[in-house]
Amino acid sequence: MNQNFRISSANNSPLINRDKTMSFHFNGQIFKGHPGDTLASALLANGQKLVARSFKYHRPRGIFSAGSEEPNALMCLRKGAYQEPNVRATVAELFDGLEAFSQNHLGSLKHDLMAVNDLFSNFLTAGFYYKTFMWPKAFWEKFYEPIIRSSAGLGELSGDEDPDQYDKGFLHCDVLIIGAGPAGLAAALASAQAGSRVILADEDFEMGGRINSETFHIAKMHGSDWVKSTLAQLSSMQNVRLLKRTTVLGAYDHGIYSALERKTDHLTSSGNKPRQILWRIYSKRAILSAGATERPIAFANNDRPGIMLAGAVRSYANRWDVAAGQNVSIFTNNDDGWRTASDLVAKGVQVKTVVDTREIKPIADIPGAAIEMGAQVVDTQGRHALKSIQLSNGKQIRTDCLAVSGGWNPNVQLSCHHRGRPVWQEELLAFVAGGELPPGMIVAGAANGKLDLSSALSSGHNAARSISDELGHKGKIEACAIAEGESTNNSAFWFVKDKGKTKRSWLDFQNDVTTKDVRLAQQEGFVSVEHVKRYTTLGMATDQGKTCNVSAMAVMAENLGKTIPEIGTTIFRPPYTPVSIAAYAGRSRGKSFRPARLTPSHQWAKKAGAEFVETGTWLRAQWFTKEGENHWQESVNREVTQTRNSVGICDVSTLGKIDIQGKDAGEFLNRIYCNTLATLKVNMVRYGLMLREDGIAMDDGTTARLSDNHYLMTTTTANAVSVFRHLEFCRQCLWPDLDVHFISATEQFAQYAVAGPNSRKLLQKIVDPEFDISNEAFPFMGCRNITVAGGTPARLFRISFSGELAYEIAVATRYGNSLMEALIEAGEEFDVTSYGTEALGVMRIEKGHAAGNELTGQTTALNLGMGRMVSKKKDSIGNMLSERTAMNTDDSIRLVGFIPVDRTKVLNAGSHFVSKGRSVETKNDEGWMSSVTFSPSLNHSVGIGFIKNGHNRMGEIVLACNPLQGNLLEVEIVSSHFIDPKGERLRA
Amino acid sequence: MIINHPLLGPRDSSEFVYLGDASLMNRPQWKGEEADLVKTEETIKQYHDYLYLRNNPAGEHQELWYHEQGDRSWLVVTRNTTTHNISQVQMAKDVALKTLREK
Repeated sequence: MNQNFRISSANNSPLINRDKTMSFHFNGQIFKGHPGDTLASALLANGQKLVARSFKYHRPRGIFSAGSEEPNALMCLRKGAYQEPNVRATVAELFDGLEAFSQNHLGSLKHDLMAVNDLFSNFLTAGFYYKTFMWPKAFWEKFYEPIIRSSAGLGELSGDEDPDQYDKGFLHCDVLIIGAGPAGLAAALASAQAGSRVILADEDFEMGGRINSETFHIAKMHGSDWVKSTLAQLSSMQNVRLLKRTTVLGAYDHGIYSALERKTDHLTSSGNKPRQILWRIYSKRAILSAGATERPIAFANNDRPGIMLAGAVRSYANRWDVAAGQNVSIFTNNDDGWRTASDLVAKGVQVKTVVDTREIKPIADIPGAAIEMGAQVVDTQGRHALKSIQLSNGKQIRTDCLAVSGGWNPNVQLSCHHRGRPVWQEELLAFVAGGELPPGMIVAGAANGKLDLSSALSSGHNAARSISDELGHKGKIEACAIAEGESTNNSAFWFVKDKGKTKRSWLDFQNDVTTKDVRLAQQEGFVSVEHVKRYTTLGMATDQGKTCNVSAMAVMAENLGKTIPEIGTTIFRPPYTPVSIAAYAGRSRGKSFRPARLTPSHQWAKKAGAEFVETGTWLRAQWFTKEGENHWQESVNREVTQTRNSVGICDVSTLGKIDIQGKDAGEFLNRIYCNTLATLKVNMVRYGLMLREDGIAMDDGTTARLSDNHYLMTTTTANAVSVFRHLEFCRQCLWPDLDVHFISATEQFAQYAVAGPNSRKLLQKIVDPEFDISNEAFPFMGCRNITVAGGTPARLFRISFSGELAYEIAVATRYGNSLMEALIEAGEEFDVTSYGTEALGVMRIEKGHAAGNELTGQTTALNLGMGRMVSKKKDSIGNMLSERTAMNTDDSIRLVGFIPVDRTKVLNAGSHFVSKGRSVETKNDEGWMSSVTFSPSLNHSVGIGFIKNGHNRMGEIVLACNPLQGNLLEVEIVSSHFIDPKGERLRA
Repeated sequence: MIINHPLLGPRDSSEFVYLGDASLMNRPQWKGEEADLVKTEETIKQYHDYLYLRNNPAGEHQELWYHEQGDRSWLVVTRNTTTHNISQVQMAKDVALKTLREK
């Protein structure tokens, strides 16, 4: 295609680089453009009018605007994994080789088979879904939903993983200036001169805002020259950061703003740089100078390709040297529309007619154009592109582009993100920022209703001055640049009344909402603006109704005989423009979704054939596959058997370790644990149970007393962080007078359980000979500071989770991997095994130890069979509320063991217990199975769980019901200590 | 939100863990063994009220925040729950010590 619509004149735009031509594809066809083009301006330059199909009726649509407010021209860019749907062509920067595709059509763009929807438009009105898909009920899942799903949405994702990177970052400044139009630039210059740290952000790739689209002079130079020199000045200043291609998305608490910078979207390839960066900007003050958005006038068939916003038609002519049509007509209710006419003529574009709704004398002489005052456009013709328009005075005019101006709406969105409502200004016929602004924000320029250039400049400048005063930044601010003023007279004309009420006038182009839909919604009782919005989906498309909201309110007001401010606005929420999920995810994808913590001997475990499991953020060895083992159960059974018969080693470094010191450490622990810790002797270890204040068990573990004022607490892996937080709460908020301090030592020590009848013999080979670890010198629940392997400091604890003679040995983290190697080597003669979390779990169930499955946040010390541990002689967290009557009834649930009556059957965790002879119903529920395992030691399935009054029901047969898996099993209540109930092995 | 930590200056709220109403600091006094008047209903009620009956005002609220990604201080933050305006930030330990001295 040739750029037949590119205008060449004496005053070519400086923002288009004609020395370089780029080619791009649209629906497979090759087009040409220049650096400086957007996809939209390049398409128009090539005469491409039809670019999209509307959402509901599949109406042919063309480019409507020249900015981020675009409702129509949504496209799919790039191919394959890089494919990105719903990109607004009006903000997509052109690059060489860009591939763009139109979306939302079946068949070609020109001959969309779904356009049949338009014929049924009488049925597809407001509330269509609510009314149609109600019945029959059975149709929903199989019929309606699949159809709706396949027709919902516009563009499609590729389904492949996005290969690009996205990043997040933090920025700090004194003044954040949102929008680099006249007000923003004037504000940035003044703030920077005052000495403030300034961030100036603008969504465009070319700063300057509307100045780039106009022909005004500022400070006696052409507007775009003034922008250039101002930007040069700003970028030479150390205290200024210019962020172009950056949309400020939302205003959050305490001066925090989010912004999306499109870093490499405009390049053929991102080249390993982030595609987009989501910034969090911390500001002391903010100036919202986001400009204004033009609104159209609604009239019958106002959605044809070629009908555009007048300001956009002017932008395409002035900034991009593109004529939106060969003979353009203007439809306006204000003076600004006339400027489009005169600017087009200046560029050599033929203006056919100017239609002004006002009964005043013409504003200007437009050479070659017919002037129709007090007239309206009542209908249009042309299926795939505008061909002609019809006026209220009966004239029919052949024209290929209609530039519509209904006035300008200040971009107040960000000023409302703290739920402040904009206020109506009758003289402007628009809402401006008002009410409660986000603290620290000033609104300036067109965003604040200063629609003419001269007052936009000065309002930005003055906003910066007052902020500099507040912040005490005293640098010399130069006088504000002067510009000529222009006329912005406006009139209240919102939509052309359709006398027959048969034709459709579009309000929301993207969601296909017409004035009729709004009327219908109100007739059906949806009167509130929030209800109309949700019922008709007006303003709920990806453009959030930027071009249509205010006009729609005018329609509602008219229908109800109210004024626009009486109708009220809906609430603006972030983000200002759509943001891809990838940007919000940033680097938190795949393996980086959250950190993985590796234990000190992770490398050893990997070499030894470990399968790893995520426990919280830790990766722990679950089991070790040896040669010839084909199923995890085989490996786990072997690990358990070898440990119980001889010796096994398990990495328990992930347990939380908290080092507690101070002369009140014992007293502190007494108050933390429900049992007594202060009486613990030095070099001994005690089990402790921690309750929450409500009397429910919170965590358990062993605590060692290393010296008079020095304890080492262990917590479960899962609760390490929350227990530490709890301890700090108790120390700082409850008992600040206690002399106690602590620090987490979880990552400072590697710790290994050495369990089994040969564990002492193995350790004796490692522990330096001066330390006697015989049963007499180092009894059960003893602990010592020792050295191993010829002088390496270590701590040895004689504690057991497996029920065997067992120890835990800790060394500094950096020795963990070597210690593991040394232990395995020393154990060779005993046929030592390493074991993982599965075997650990099997052995603790066989021993009847409670763990996470039992400490569920629902169980008390009494339930766990540890009721007598709660010392009544001292204060401790949870002590008092564990006394509550309801938690101490005779039929409270108790932790006991269960075995299947038929030993060949397998128990299910989560089964509920019902007494024999009772029906399987919730009302007969007596408790649940919390942990089950196949016991290699007993050669059948065993479980532990809670059942009412369990400790008094030994030997009783009950039913374990698992309705989910449809099985019902007879089980016998037994002691939860399946192995060595007297604890002889521990003390051996 | 930004919390102005008394020791560390302004910090982003994402560094903190929220707990709730600062009245959780006013734990009932343990009455000692002599009160083994065995946990009269009244004592249990005191703990019950302390734990469960907390205010949740729309407006100024004193609440506990823990600087978990920082110096592990518990802070008493006075925050307006409708505007998120933070009017005062104190070290919880200082507040607790003051209460203790006043008893």
